[in-house]
Amino acid sequence: MYFYPWLGNQTLGLQMHNFIKLKHSQRGMWTLLKKELLRFWRVAFQTVAAPVITALLYLLIFSHVLAGRVEIYEGVGYTAFLIPGLIMMSVLQNAFANSSSSLIQSKVMGNIVFLLLTPLTHLQFFMAFLIAAIARGFVVGTCIYIVAMWFVDLPIVHPWMIVAFAILGSALLGTFGIIAGIWADRFDQMAAFQNFIIMPLSFLSGVFYSIHTLPPFWQKVSHLNPFFYMIDGFRYGFFGKSDVSPWISLTIVGVSFLVLACLTLKMLKSGYKLRS
Amino acid sequence: MTKPRFINHDISLDAPAISFVGVHKHYGSLQALNGIDLTISQGEFFGLLGPNGAGKSTLINTLAGLVKPTAGHISVMGYDVTKDYQSARLSLGIVPQELVFDPFFNVREMLRFQAGYFGCGRENDAWVDEILEGLGLADKAFTNMRKLSGGMKRRALIAQALAHRPPVIVLDEPTAGVDVELRQSMWEFIKKLNLAGHTIMLTTHYLEEAEALCSRIGMMKQGKIVALDSTANLLNTFAGKQLRLTLGAVTLPPAITTLVRHHEHGIYTFALNDMAQIELVLSALRAANIKVMDMQLKEADLEDVFLSLVGQSNAGFANA
Repeated sequence: MYFYPWLGNQTLGLQMHNFIKLKHSQRGMWTLLKKELLRFWRVAFQTVAAPVITALLYLLIFSHVLAGRVEIYEGVGYTAFLIPGLIMMSVLQNAFANSSSSLIQSKVMGNIVFLLLTPLTHLQFFMAFLIAAIARGFVVGTCIYIVAMWFVDLPIVHPWMIVAFAILGSALLGTFGIIAGIWADRFDQMAAFQNFIIMPLSFLSGVFYSIHTLPPFWQKVSHLNPFFYMIDGFRYGFFGKSDVSPWISLTIVGVSFLVLACLTLKMLKSGYKLRS
Repeated sequence: MTKPRFINHDISLDAPAISFVGVHKHYGSLQALNGIDLTISQGEFFGLLGPNGAGKSTLINTLAGLVKPTAGHISVMGYDVTKDYQSARLSLGIVPQELVFDPFFNVREMLRFQAGYFGCGRENDAWVDEILEGLGLADKAFTNMRKLSGGMKRRALIAQALAHRPPVIVLDEPTAGVDVELRQSMWEFIKKLNLAGHTIMLTTHYLEEAEALCSRIGMMKQGKIVALDSTANLLNTFAGKQLRLTLGAVTLPPAITTLVRHHEHGIYTFALNDMAQIELVLSALRAANIKVMDMQLKEADLEDVFLSLVGQSNAGFANA
């Protein structure tokens, strides 16, 4: 059965067979990841430069209007307070955009068939899109941070918290993007996801304010928004101060990611909307 | 053409290249596939023909894992396409019917990616070069897919299906909308692949292509295989010769009406099993005092076989 005449031994043949299968299999996933990375890098003007410019416009306008008038955390100026929120908002939005836009484009163009014909497992498919989404979030976030350093000297109190929230947050939104990309059949359905879910949740998550400045009812509502925990926890990494415990935020974001990841894997395994 | 060195090293040499056993696919009350049993041996050049809606593309999609059959078993090189889908897909290259492409990459990048999904690395570059050369894409290797003409895109689709050097290649209407010159060069390349050991399964709009290329042919109608035999046997069994007579508006004698395959505007086509039937037809016409204005005799071709089995004109013979 196993076609390795040079080994002349079936056990060795079986081991070689499994090794080659594993090697080929992993190479498939890395190839898909490379393609996904190249896909957004080829249009970096749109996928990296544009969100950086948008974040800087928010920074310029809000810091100009509110700097000196609002102090949310003691000893932290409004511009400094704003920057981590803007970075995280951009990281989340771009992680979502990367996986969702790649999938919807492939579906609408029809070229997703080239992926569906491959021996890639549902887990490999998921991991490639997920890592690419995290990578785009990381690139956009890093660029905004580098540019924002010109405006204000930003402290970093807990760097690992910054890394943990950036990775988990972009993983969560990258996963959500995969779900949206699989579910949506048309570009307008995807735009509805962006405009009616991602944008409101990110704008009402405490990017521009602390939820402690809100009336009690809206504070409670904010606690139902997963974006709030990602922004608040990410900001904690810079200032060591947050609206809720960063560990609670980390747990909520981590559990949310695991739930969405399981759902996505189930969708991919069943072939939901991809195979009939 | 180099001898094939398939990526899927553990292929069995005695398993059929493709096997469908009792395959059904229902969409609600619609039976797209209705008990398909078909085995294609390794090295065959097999043609799958049928009118629109016969179920050809559905059958190919079940093979590719894009459509899940309601019942039945499908395997490629002995691997079940559901239970051992990785090995099955490693053995299979499919050229889809639609002209789909990724607009972000050039031809060579796209081929490298496609081969990479199947586990091939830089060591596969020589094969990619061979495909590019063989399909006349060498000078377009660094051209973005968006900038290729329709015919070139079609070649690139074929190249993509071959990128991982699969032992089994399925071509779903590969020459639809392709000019004659390109079609010829494409078939030359596909024939070379077949001679080198690749199994080819083909659906095509052009019956003369199937007749010239395929050693065995299956014909589908309403989700079933209605004929399955070697091309030569099909031509002998179902067709014989065709006598085309221009008679005008007449009423044929009952003795020869059963031989009429087709008639339109006073032109009658008779299907004959042997030459002796020519005299039978002509004497019956003479006896009925019917004048023959024009007469043509031709060997039956696959289109005649198709018409006798499926009963439709070639016009409705595309995208099933």
